[in-house]
Amino acid sequence: MRKYSVFAIAREAMRGNKGWEEQWSSPEPKSEYDVVIIGAGGHGLGTAYYLAKEHGITNVAVLEKGWLGGGNTGRNTTIIRSNYLYDESAGIYDHAVKLWDGLSQDLNYNVMYSARGVMMLAHNVHDVQSLKRHIHANRLNGVDNEWLTPEQAKEFCPPLNISSNARYPVVGAALQRRGGTARHDAVAWGYARAASARGVHIIQNCEVTGIRRALSGEVTGVETSRGFIGAKKVGVVAAGHTSVLMDMAGVRMPLESYPLQALVSEPVKPVVPCVVMSNTVHAYISQSDKGELVIGAGTDQYTSYSQTGGLHILNHTLDAICEMFPVFTRMKMLRSWGGIVDVTPDRSPILAKTPVKGLYVNCGWGTGGFKATPGSGNVFAHTIARDEPHPINAPFTLERFRTGRLIDEAAAAAVAH
Amino acid sequence: MLLIHCPYCEEERPELEFRHAGEAHIARPTDMAAMSDEDFEKFFFIRSNPKGVIYERWRHVHGCARFFNAVRDTVTDKFVMTYKAGEPQPKKLPGAGK
Amino acid sequence: MMQSFRIPGAGRLTPAKTMRFTFDGQSFTGVAGDTLASALLANGVHLVGRSFKYHRPRGILSVGAEEPNALVDIERDAARKTPNVRATVQELYDGLAATSQNRWPSLSFDAGAVNDLASPLFSAGFYYKTFMWPKAAWKSFYEPKIRAAAGLGVAPDQPDPDHYSARFAHCEVLVLGGGAAGIAAALAAAETGVRVILCDEQAEFGGALRFEAGAKIDGADGWAWAQTAIAKLSAMDNVRLLPRTTAFGYYAQNFVGLAERLTDHLASPDANAPRERLWQIRAKRVILAAGAIERHMVFADNDRPGVMLASAARAYLNHYGVAIGRNVGVYTANDSAYAAAIDLKKAGVDIAAIVDLRDNPSGPLVEEARALGIEINHGRAVIRTGGRLRISSMSVQPKNGGGERKIAVDALLMSAGWTPSVHLFSQSRGKVAFDEETKRFLPGIYAQDCISVGACNGTDGLAASVEEAYAAGAKAAKDAGGKAAKAAKPKVEASENWSRGMLGAAPGAGPDKIVKAFVDFQNDVTAKDIRLAVHEGMRSIEHVKRFTTNGMATDQGKTSNMHGLAIAADTLDKNIPEVGLTTFRAPYTPVTFGAIVGHARGALFDPTRKTAMHGWAEAHGAVFEDVGQWKRTWYFPKPGEDMHAAVNRECRTVRQSAGLFDASTLGKIEVVGPDAATFMELLYTNPWQKLDAGRCRYGVMLREDGFIYDDGVVGRLAPDRFHVTTTTGGAARVMNHMEDYLQTEFPHLNVWLTSISEQWAVIAVQGPKSRDIIAPLVKGIDLSDEAMPHMSVREGRICGVPTRLFRMSFTGDRGFEVNVPADYGQAVWEALWTEGQKHGACAYGTEAMHVLRAEKGYIIVGQDTDGTVTPADAGLDWAIGKKKTDFVGIRGLTRPDLVAAGRKQLVGLRTNDPKIVLDEGAQIVADPKQAIPMKMIGHVTSSYWSENCGRSIALGLLTDGRARMGETLHVPMPDRTIEVEVTGPVFFDEKGERLNG
Repeated sequence: MRKYSVFAIAREAMRGNKGWEEQWSSPEPKSEYDVVIIGAGGHGLGTAYYLAKEHGITNVAVLEKGWLGGGNTGRNTTIIRSNYLYDESAGIYDHAVKLWDGLSQDLNYNVMYSARGVMMLAHNVHDVQSLKRHIHANRLNGVDNEWLTPEQAKEFCPPLNISSNARYPVVGAALQRRGGTARHDAVAWGYARAASARGVHIIQNCEVTGIRRALSGEVTGVETSRGFIGAKKVGVVAAGHTSVLMDMAGVRMPLESYPLQALVSEPVKPVVPCVVMSNTVHAYISQSDKGELVIGAGTDQYTSYSQTGGLHILNHTLDAICEMFPVFTRMKMLRSWGGIVDVTPDRSPILAKTPVKGLYVNCGWGTGGFKATPGSGNVFAHTIARDEPHPINAPFTLERFRTGRLIDEAAAAAVAH
Repeated sequence: MLLIHCPYCEEERPELEFRHAGEAHIARPTDMAAMSDEDFEKFFFIRSNPKGVIYERWRHVHGCARFFNAVRDTVTDKFVMTYKAGEPQPKKLPGAGK
Repeated sequence: MMQSFRIPGAGRLTPAKTMRFTFDGQSFTGVAGDTLASALLANGVHLVGRSFKYHRPRGILSVGAEEPNALVDIERDAARKTPNVRATVQELYDGLAATSQNRWPSLSFDAGAVNDLASPLFSAGFYYKTFMWPKAAWKSFYEPKIRAAAGLGVAPDQPDPDHYSARFAHCEVLVLGGGAAGIAAALAAAETGVRVILCDEQAEFGGALRFEAGAKIDGADGWAWAQTAIAKLSAMDNVRLLPRTTAFGYYAQNFVGLAERLTDHLASPDANAPRERLWQIRAKRVILAAGAIERHMVFADNDRPGVMLASAARAYLNHYGVAIGRNVGVYTANDSAYAAAIDLKKAGVDIAAIVDLRDNPSGPLVEEARALGIEINHGRAVIRTGGRLRISSMSVQPKNGGGERKIAVDALLMSAGWTPSVHLFSQSRGKVAFDEETKRFLPGIYAQDCISVGACNGTDGLAASVEEAYAAGAKAAKDAGGKAAKAAKPKVEASENWSRGMLGAAPGAGPDKIVKAFVDFQNDVTAKDIRLAVHEGMRSIEHVKRFTTNGMATDQGKTSNMHGLAIAADTLDKNIPEVGLTTFRAPYTPVTFGAIVGHARGALFDPTRKTAMHGWAEAHGAVFEDVGQWKRTWYFPKPGEDMHAAVNRECRTVRQSAGLFDASTLGKIEVVGPDAATFMELLYTNPWQKLDAGRCRYGVMLREDGFIYDDGVVGRLAPDRFHVTTTTGGAARVMNHMEDYLQTEFPHLNVWLTSISEQWAVIAVQGPKSRDIIAPLVKGIDLSDEAMPHMSVREGRICGVPTRLFRMSFTGDRGFEVNVPADYGQAVWEALWTEGQKHGACAYGTEAMHVLRAEKGYIIVGQDTDGTVTPADAGLDWAIGKKKTDFVGIRGLTRPDLVAAGRKQLVGLRTNDPKIVLDEGAQIVADPKQAIPMKMIGHVTSSYWSENCGRSIALGLLTDGRARMGETLHVPMPDRTIEVEVTGPVFFDEKGERLNG
């Protein structure tokens, strides 16, 4: 892999940009690999990269039914934060944030991680209690998160409306300064390039149609649209399609897949300097380097694999955005789209071994998987390589739904009394 | 916004009048307390989440307030049919080839 | 200033109706009916903007919504600034003020244009390859620079004084697009009597007839026919015409979103008129008549001001009466540019030359051009243009190489062919198919009840389009229940026909190292950028798009997508369909947030629920808090009191005398029927069968997983009637939860559920004097402790109105909850208030209520529990009926981790320093000296200053809490560590004597 740098750019500028290499190769699939990863999103490609880099396992294929990074990796609103309540969650998300910081250099690919701060708004007494509980827990877990008054919140994000006349006035905010955004496509491409350079095969347009198991139960490989590919170990990292794939191996999952929409505005000069989220009015917003306001909407209420959702969902989202930012009503929605998110009963992911020997699953990230990408890939690679979870992902088992040891971040946000 | 046929009201109404209520035909066991942990997990947490035909529950919450069942394709979001709660899971779907 | 490019006698506008406007502060004159673009062109102004990346000077490319270049800021006043407005769409009004964007210090001298010189450094995706060293510099230096350079216009910085409206509508036939095809379809459908809606994004219907001078229908000029047809449709009751209305999104089951622009074209809009209106239309049938969009030629420096789509130049001439130059060149790969050249020539404009990439163009248009003496260079290419802020020349070369010839021009028309507008069809989830012969994507497999007609369906020629559209309109109406059509269909007598053209880079696009042959103008994506992306391994068109940003600008690739795809396919040596087509996403053109938001702003963002006594509380100075949609009284400060002082006084007064509290927001459900008690047994953990009528019980409701879902006092009014209360936030979901079980799991039970939350206002009268306060007003109820003990309920009258009177307490003192029909709530409150005054009672709010209940260790579900707490955790296992064999949650409760040791349990916490009030949410540790990350063993759920206890009090959830009584633990704060002692949760009147005090 030829290194990217400002010197490389200057060199190529001199010779008409003719010398750039393919960022990743597109080999024909081999008949067998040590590890097959299903799903070439950020989590899957990250898993392959860390298998190669940290565990020396390079005989790896990442299979993708479409184009790499084309699922939720390329469809999310790129928010990064780790201010989760429970130790388990703070552990895995903060592991990711630590990897984000330095990922560009590690991959030699500018993923544009920008710690511009994530500010979560409180609109009532209950929000204050909930956010302060997070702040206290985060501090003792070594995760930065601080309380802001409404005035401090406005200073941090000038277009924010903190008028007490608002329907749900801002009464405070929790700010994680290390939170921020990154460029989603670059994450997929950066991992793909770095993994490919270490010998990983990335095979696009290759749909998995079956998971083959030996009579004794263990995984032996996958049936694909390009034929059978043998594998000693298979990792399923397929987000919304996890239930479908795991079903091929006879494992039923505690998952449901929902449409999640997002939209961007036309690009404008810098106006929103950070990420702003509000659970009470249901909206989150940031501004991309290109100038588009990036706005996340909610899920539709029904399960679906259609990658589309209803207009009324966007409607509610923009209501909320314009409630927080009344100055934006003259802005225009440029593009909207949908993804398929797989949601677990406790809204926390599953990164674990499965009842099937040689089969591993990384799923259930719901609406917030992007932020975890490096951490998830990193510990999932460990889980596959060592056939045992890393301490960080050890709590994120499948068994917790049987035993009741849930990691219920949604419940922790609780409901208004 | 989907258009949903309420089998009680016998008309199509916009999705805003309805609330989705999860997978259908997962009956609560009569002898609940005696279930094994595994069976409880299957009952309460495991979902089929199919890509294709799903049997699901809806409630016409801002209408007749009744719960009913629907058959929908999760790829196209098109409804195949709806039917009243308590009616058996249809074996043959309208429009099905075989 | 003179409109020196306005041609007398040309176009359809009335020259006498002049209008003044400014652009970048300079004054100009236009004519009513102009767009900002046509008015600028009439004044000879071509330079209107700068591109995104290289800050290249840009002019006006098009005459419609596909415009990538001519974006301006329109400022009505300081609060009514709209960025990124297409000059080609903005209608002129008198006094319009427009400003160019993305340039500094001025449009003609833009410092950012230095990027253009350094462009070899800025190849596609260059930013992924650099700005990584030193690490900290990305956020502190590079990114701010990139951000400042990016963006286009400036976001408004004041709240928008305009308002927006919304309508829902139904119709049998919805026609999207009001060109000849759309009008013909609407005519056919309308004649059957069904409801028809016809929309078009332009101010006037007519579509391409605006420029097609050669069209003749029913004996009239095409445009005149369109206006006559529209007048006819307008007179029909079953037809709604929506001009200035863009169908932007096609959703499931023929649900279409339309944005109607109502005032942006007016000089002085009525202040009461909405600026835009969102239409959400459910149609039985949809007819897509979206037309086609002309593509530009991709060659070096094809972006200079003065270079324009041929059809646009023709529209500026034939409709607006404006010549785009005096000496115009033409570069084309199809016939349509000939028609433009012919019209211009006939209007007196010199045509320097037509350069046609085709070897032997022929046909009537070519012949006519030749006959007019226009020079035609076939088999040749324009390989570059000259000029800076305006094109000055074009360089022509045989397409396979050879001698160059430079021809002076002041404008250049281009046409590479036409792209059918399949956007809405694709949004409807229909599948497009590539037509190899004509090299275009056309509607293939339909997914919804819609049909494409005319140019968007690939139907070439006006006659065929009208024929097809009329038949489709009649069929759609018939399928949707209309009568058979009877009127005659429009007869097309003359039209222009052309098709074909080319896709991708023309010879002038390189493969040169440095030429900029623009594919996507706004985002500065050139042919070589796309080749580079492919070269770097981007093989999917989605990768190419994202890596180069082709098609991602505000025009969403309307002119650039097909060229980009063709160049990628060519570079990969693949067929176009193998490379794929990027997804068409809503909206078709950008939609104002305000239009989508409509009235849902401020107070109308979310309904505000107020209790019957809200007015009284407001009049008595209450401060309110938001709890869900409710406004609840928080506290009642007297003059000079802060919240702390007011709450202390309220708490003191309640325990000394009494207090009145508005508890109306609690959810209330009536459970009635022969099986009511059986149902209650299944839904709550408690036993209910043996509860006597007239008595109450505190009920705990679980989810099936065993965690606390809700709680509340339940009164049994009669053997078959329960009055259930829920938490304020839980009212709706508890009702839903109950209905779910009743309808689907326990349908054999004979029970009815009725939400009565809003039927009853609830006044809590709490404190030692509570009975004395209510007694004079109550009739028909014996209030003695013997007749009505704690936790009982009676029906009778108060102040002459019916009441359900509960004797219950959420303070630990003697107390009542007076339920009265909501309409009487305030009157009864006022009567109780008058009585209360005699005893020194106060009104108190939710804060005092919280303090008083915490003094007694009563939990608040959602504050002291969080969805992971079991009854045992909360010290409520006494509320579980031990002999019961079933209730919701019974199995969940016994799962391994819910009965394991080490669960968090509800405890009281006393700070060693009684003056310190803990922070709610603060974490508890055993060892305060440990390093971070610390082992946290619990957290504070409720914490207050208790005036009645003379110290702070707190509740918390603590690992093995009940086994830790008396232990000293630590609450680390940022600035200090607070020592706390673990105690029971009751701080006041531990024996509970005051309930009858």
